[in-house]
Amino acid sequence: MASQTQSAAPPKEAVPPVSVWILPVLAAWIIPGGGHFMQKRMGRGALIFASVLLMFLFGLFMRGMMFTPDSSGDVLTKLISYGGFVCDLANGALYFLASMFGYAAPDMPGAVHDYGTKFLVTAGLLNILSMVDSYEIAVGKKD
Amino acid sequence: MPKVNLSHFEAAFLFSLFTSVVMGITSKKTDKERLHYGAYCFGCFLVALFAIAWVMKLGHG
Repeated sequence: MASQTQSAAPPKEAVPPVSVWILPVLAAWIIPGGGHFMQKRMGRGALIFASVLLMFLFGLFMRGMMFTPDSSGDVLTKLISYGGFVCDLANGALYFLASMFGYAAPDMPGAVHDYGTKFLVTAGLLNILSMVDSYEIAVGKKD
Repeated sequence: MPKVNLSHFEAAFLFSLFTSVVMGITSKKTDKERLHYGAYCFGCFLVALFAIAWVMKLGHG
């Protein structure tokens, strides 16, 4: 009786090997849309590249702030600084180039600077979405 | 480096546009679905933008 009501557990999905997806995901991180270019999704890659690049550039032109990991202050301050740093870092080469050329806008009061900071962080978040999409294409979950 | 001073509306419009494009591309499986979802997201952003702007205007008098 009990065995009739219990349903069998669904079979576990096999974890795709790292070698299948690591290069597209790394390419997507370093160059926005790079994972799509690598997997011959040129149109989608170009749109992602243009969107992330333009968002990042508008962030820079509005003198947005780049976050640095800061362990001082309360929990919320730490969360914001570390979270912001991870999102900025997710921009890949754009972040490294901006840092290399000495971009370091201070945290200034003003709406425009604040928009710029949000643009820089969101560009990184969008690039994380593109990395996830590259992963799904690489493992065959998506076309 | 050029300096850009966008108004709140311009900044929010560009934010909506870029975010909708990437969300449309990464969320759906066919090109038609991607286009529809991107347009839907963009529309939602704009509706929210105007709605919240009016709420703030009415709230502040």
